[in-house]
Amino acid sequence: MREYDTIIIGGGPAGLAAAVEIYNEGVTDILILERDIQLGGILQQCIHNGFGLHEFKEELTGPEYAQRFIDKVEELKIPYKINTMVLDITKEKEIHIMNSEDGYQILKAKTIVLAMGCRERTAGAISLPGTRPVGIITAGTAQYYLNMKGYLVGKKVFILGSGDIGLIMARRMTLEGATVLGVAEILPYSGGLTRNIVQCLHDFDIPLYLSHTVAKVKGKDRVEGLTLMEVDENRKPIKGTEQEFEVDALLLSVGLIPDNELSESADIDIHRRTNGPIVNEKMETNVEGIFACGNVLHVHDLVDFVSAESRRAGRGVVRYLNGEKTLSKGVETVNGQGVSYVVPQKLHVDQIEGKFAEVFLRTTDVYHDAKIVIKLDGKEIKTFKRPHLAPAEMEHLKINKELIDIDYGQLSVEVVEKEAN
Amino acid sequence: MKEWDVVCIVCPKGCRMKVTEENNDMKVSGNQCKRGLTYGVKEVTNPTRVITSTVKVNHPIHRRMPVVTKGAVPKGMMLDVMKEINLIELELPIMVGDMIIGDVLGTGINIVASRTIK
Repeated sequence: MREYDTIIIGGGPAGLAAAVEIYNEGVTDILILERDIQLGGILQQCIHNGFGLHEFKEELTGPEYAQRFIDKVEELKIPYKINTMVLDITKEKEIHIMNSEDGYQILKAKTIVLAMGCRERTAGAISLPGTRPVGIITAGTAQYYLNMKGYLVGKKVFILGSGDIGLIMARRMTLEGATVLGVAEILPYSGGLTRNIVQCLHDFDIPLYLSHTVAKVKGKDRVEGLTLMEVDENRKPIKGTEQEFEVDALLLSVGLIPDNELSESADIDIHRRTNGPIVNEKMETNVEGIFACGNVLHVHDLVDFVSAESRRAGRGVVRYLNGEKTLSKGVETVNGQGVSYVVPQKLHVDQIEGKFAEVFLRTTDVYHDAKIVIKLDGKEIKTFKRPHLAPAEMEHLKINKELIDIDYGQLSVEVVEKEAN
Repeated sequence: MKEWDVVCIVCPKGCRMKVTEENNDMKVSGNQCKRGLTYGVKEVTNPTRVITSTVKVNHPIHRRMPVVTKGAVPKGMMLDVMKEINLIELELPIMVGDMIIGDVLGTGINIVASRTIK
C-alpha cells in the first residue's frame, strides 16, 4: 500500500495553511482530501470582509483570503482530491476514502492532519419549541444558499442567536431585499463581535433582543410566525413578555461544534469543553503522528489565528517525520475560575519553538478591568491585564517558556476581576 | 461641545471610542491605533461602508461570483450600489481582483471579483 508522508483531511483554511507549511519545511509527499467541489472550505461562502488583518495586514473577504492559500497550493503543485469523502480513519493511520473517480480506497499515511472544521448547532440541538415547518434553517446554510446558489431563503426573517454568522446574515439578507425583524439572544450579552453588532444591526436599525428567546415556532408546512419572550436569569421565559412576529424564515445562529466523528474513530481523546482533540504545543493529539488544527480543534473567531495554528501543526508534522522526540512529561493546562477552556491542553517545554508558550482561551463571562492570572502548581507566575473580556472574543497569551521550565506540572489560567475600591 | 460614542469597525477588536467636536476641532479617544482616529472622525462626518455581494455567473458548477467594493462607499448609497451589482451577469473565467464595475455610481470606487473561477 502506498504510504504518504502526510495526509490532510479538509481543504479549508486550516488544511491549506498546514499543507503549505509542511511543503515549505521540506516534506513534499502530501495529499489534501476535500469533500466539497473546491478548496477553500467555509471561507468561500463568507463573502463579507474583515479577514486577513493579522495574516496579510490588509482587509480581505473570505474568498480572497482563501484564494491566496489556494493559489499557493496550486503554485507548489501540492496534490489534492476534491469531491472526496473520508469515511473512516484508524489509529494505525489508515484513511478510508470514497469518490466517484477512484471509488472506495484505503490510503496509508505516516502523519495525519485533522482539519475538518466545525458544524452548526441545529433546531434539534437547542430543543427549539414548537413545530418543525420548512423555513427553520441554520444561518450558515442560509448563507450557502444565498452566496453560493443565489437563493434568498425568506423575505420576513427573524434570527435566533447572536453569533457572528447570524449577524452577518442579518445585513446580507437586508441588502438583498429581505426584512430582518430582529435578532434574539438568550444571554444578556451578544455572542458576536462588537463590530458586527454595529455594522450589521445598528446600520440597518435591526433590533437586538438580549435576554430573549423564541418560545414557540408556528406554522404547519412553512414557518408562519414565532413568539418571542424575555427570559429571567435562569433563562426561563417570563410570563407576560410575549411578542408575536410574522415570519417566513427563522435563522439559527446558536453555536458551532467541532466536527470530530472521524477523530473519535481513530481513538483520539476529545476534550469535553472544546469538543475538539486534546493537543500539545505542536497541535499533536494523544495518537502520535496525528495532528489537529483550526475549528476542528476549537472554534475560532478569526481565521488569521486558524492559519497561524495550522502552520504550527504543519511544523509539528515535519518535526515528527524527522524523528524528534519529546523529553519532558509535560505541563497540563487547566481552566480555572472564569475560563471556559485553554488550548493546547499540554505543553512540553523542551518542544516549544521560540521563547514563548502560546495559549488560547475563552472566558465564561463578560469581564471589565480584569486580569488573567497564570499559576504553575498553584503559584502565580504571570498576570495579563485586560480592560475587556468576553466569551465571544478568544484571548491569546504568550508566556515566557522559562517561567514554566519544569518536567511536569499543572498550569492554571483564571480570571480575576479588579475589586472596586 | 458635541460628543458621539463610536464603536470602531476597522478591525475585529471593536474599540469603544469617544469622538468630540469643539470649535471645529475633532478629537478621538479610546482608539488603540491610528486607523481608529481616521475612522472615528469619518464616522461622524461622512460614514462609509465596504459592500460585499455576489453576481450571477454562467458556469456549469458555480452560480455566483463574490464581489467587493475596493474601498468604502457612502453609507447612504448602500442599497443603490446593491441595485447596480444585481444588474450584472458574468461570463467566465474571471480572476480575483478583476474589475466588475468601474467607478460605481460616480463614487470613484471600483467593484472587483473576490475570487478566481475558471
